[in-house]
Amino acid sequence: MTDVWLVVAIVGVGTVVIKAAGPVLLGGRPLPPRLAGVIELLAPALFGALIAVQTFGDGRALAVDERILGVAVAGIAIWRKAPLIVVVVLAAAATGIARAVF
Amino acid sequence: MAERTFRDGVRAMAPLVVAVLGFAISFGVLARAAGFGWLAPIVMSATTFAGSAQFAAVSVLGDGGTVAAAVAAALLLNLRYGPIGISVAPWLTGSAWSRFLHAQLVVDESWAIAAEGEGRFNRRVLFGAGLVLYVAWVAGTAVGAVLGQALGDPATLGLDAAFAALFLGLLVPLARDRLHVVAALLGAGIALALTPFTPAGVPIIAASAACLLGLRR
Repeated sequence: MTDVWLVVAIVGVGTVVIKAAGPVLLGGRPLPPRLAGVIELLAPALFGALIAVQTFGDGRALAVDERILGVAVAGIAIWRKAPLIVVVVLAAAATGIARAVF
Repeated sequence: MAERTFRDGVRAMAPLVVAVLGFAISFGVLARAAGFGWLAPIVMSATTFAGSAQFAAVSVLGDGGTVAAAVAAALLLNLRYGPIGISVAPWLTGSAWSRFLHAQLVVDESWAIAAEGEGRFNRRVLFGAGLVLYVAWVAGTAVGAVLGQALGDPATLGLDAAFAALFLGLLVPLARDRLHVVAALLGAGIALALTPFTPAGVPIIAASAACLLGLRR
């Protein structure tokens, strides 16, 4: 099995189990608040890391290139409350155009 | 007020369908660009049904990360469905099989629409909203994955910046207080500091340690 299918299979099974755990197994007992507070911060921490690496990562090096322009444009679009698809298209277009021009 | 039904769930979700389709099409296109082919993104949307985790897995693997790193990034993001599932659990009456199916349709949007205040949830609304979302998510992914083939070189098109833009779009609504913003900045800092020294994907996983800030409350 290729890496892609392995990831699809494991993430699929893992997600189904996580989603089912509460309703099927736990049946409504609450989580300890400290644990809930930690889990709540997982998404912002991971999104922050993914943004940083996707913007500045270049293999094992860090680089400032045309992507920063795309992310800046995305930031403005998000601030102006544009839908996510518009944010993504604008960011790609800004980066693509900057690459073609410079 | 009359009790809300399956139809109310469908109706509440309808205005969001275009946005979900757009999100799903971007997933199909970007997964394709990251080397996932056309079938794997569709299967992933149909089985995982959790957008941000799917993007994370594709982005880590596309960057040359290992299977373990891609899986860990996606499942860490999906851990939030643990507490979310627990919050709806008391309202999912019915057989274990029915509870299991309802649980799979819980995503951020359907959960929000099914909420009735004071911690109460309506399972019929959840089912209606979740089903609409599911169909839009899988269909949009299929469109994106097939369209993605017609597109050219991802770097020329600037698609590499699209991932960062998308994650920024997902982060901003979450950054509602100082602690969430600090967690995001700390996550970014850890990831950048480790990038030169560790294999791809590891900086992302290590950055999840920033969630320990939550212990301070």
